Amino acid sequence: MADGTVDRRGFLSATAVAAASGLVPRTATAQTSKDPELPTAGKLPVALSVNGREHQVVVDPRRTLLDLLRDDLGLTGAKKGCDHGQCGACTVLVGGKRVLACLTLAAGVREAVTTIEGLASVDGTLHPMQEAFIQEDAFQCGYCTPGQILSAIACVREKHANSEQEIREYMSGNICRCAAYPNIVKAIARAKFRTEA
Amino acid sequence: MRPFAYLSAETPKSAIAASTADTQFLAGGTTLIDLMKLEVMQPERLIDINPLHARYGRIERTAEGLRLGALVRMAEAADDPVLRGEYPVLAQALNFAASPQLRNMATLGGNVLQRTRCNYFRDPSYRACNKREPGSGCAAIAGLNRKHAVLGVSERCIATYAGDFAQALIALDASVDVTGPKGERRLRFDQLHRLPAESPHLETTLAQGELITAFSVPGGPWTRRSLYLKIRDRESFAFALASAAVALDVENGEVNDARIGLGGVATVPWRAREAEQILKGKVLTQATAQAAAEAAFARAQSRAHNAYKPELGRRTLVRALMTAAALEI
Repeated sequence: MADGTVDRRGFLSATAVAAASGLVPRTATAQTSKDPELPTAGKLPVALSVNGREHQVVVDPRRTLLDLLRDDLGLTGAKKGCDHGQCGACTVLVGGKRVLACLTLAAGVREAVTTIEGLASVDGTLHPMQEAFIQEDAFQCGYCTPGQILSAIACVREKHANSEQEIREYMSGNICRCAAYPNIVKAIARAKFRTEA
Repeated sequence: MRPFAYLSAETPKSAIAASTADTQFLAGGTTLIDLMKLEVMQPERLIDINPLHARYGRIERTAEGLRLGALVRMAEAADDPVLRGEYPVLAQALNFAASPQLRNMATLGGNVLQRTRCNYFRDPSYRACNKREPGSGCAAIAGLNRKHAVLGVSERCIATYAGDFAQALIALDASVDVTGPKGERRLRFDQLHRLPAESPHLETTLAQGELITAFSVPGGPWTRRSLYLKIRDRESFAFALASAAVALDVENGEVNDARIGLGGVATVPWRAREAEQILKGKVLTQATAQAAAEAAFARAQSRAHNAYKPELGRRTLVRALMTAAALEI
């Protein structure tokens, strides 16, 4: 944040601090277990692989995979939309399967994670699905797009992209408020065709 | 979310031993984490049972039919060729539920134990909810109740059982294998859920520390001629307003056996035995299907905003029966 100016991100984090300090007393720090037989539950060491990189992080048991990616690892591609598993903006791949990072506890992640940041090659070449989304103009505001793209890659891999109707059904977990749906469907069909060709 | 202790269970024994009154087992987490964020559920301890997948994560054919491990993911079961071909009602009930991401996460055991979607239950700013806070009242009875139940209701609770898979299991006479502090036991699926009656907060007959390990589904001539019809506000990724799980054994047009589960309309997974009795030994026609549907909803009790449900439920059942009867198998 530059001196004397307030950018959006700075404003949001300042608001969060204010909320944590007084208005939301329930967000207490993690407790330690009262049961002497249990390991100290306040903080958990978590080792996880994200986009091919190994990370060691100590987390509160409440930490979701989404918050860990965004706040601990700085990977802000996965978006927080509803935070309740209803919008799909936080979709990432865990062990190659599409899941919702907002309903996944970081402590329970046992397989490799792929986010939108891990799709392009090291030389910057985009994944065919990213390429197809650009070519078909499959987004407007872009907020749902990282989740759409990861969901779309999994949709093709699961072999549930055989018709427009099937793509629509198997992409129903990703909501787009701009309603770019027709072009999202076209992009997925195009990427599937290209991968198979 | 309130603070909690997180433990990972490497054996069923350690999972059961670590279970206390304020413990929840964590499988897919799609209901649990959601409700913990809303502070509707506030467990002090989570026991992650996902490491038990090797033991409870298989789909097997058995002498009696099918055995589905409790940690099988919904998506895996929905795509299984045996379920799709020989038990379509099971595959369809799973596939018409939730979204692909949720189906990759949620397990079969957790699915049948999912909590209601009643908005008053899910929002603790409403004080009255007998399910959340025993004795506090029911905000839905005089509130907005368009999506609430008409069967199995009580003066204490009209919250709809939200799942789909349970209706297919109950229709197929499935049983539930459970392990717990007192060892293993098997119960009929229709004995798993409790009607709300006087105690809506008691939703199942599972004791503290008991864990569902598998579902057994007997085979029979009715399993192939089966389907799940789900009516929703939108075409996908929505809970049922009304649904019907039906399985028929039909010979020369005559019904030898009919099994019917109803969803979206009842407080628990609902078996419509009165409707089944009406169909047995009859030729399935629009008229007999209609008579069965009338019987299924004869005791329906509706409220201000859900008076449409008995009629929607009847039409759903009639269409499901007629479609199942016409299936070429």
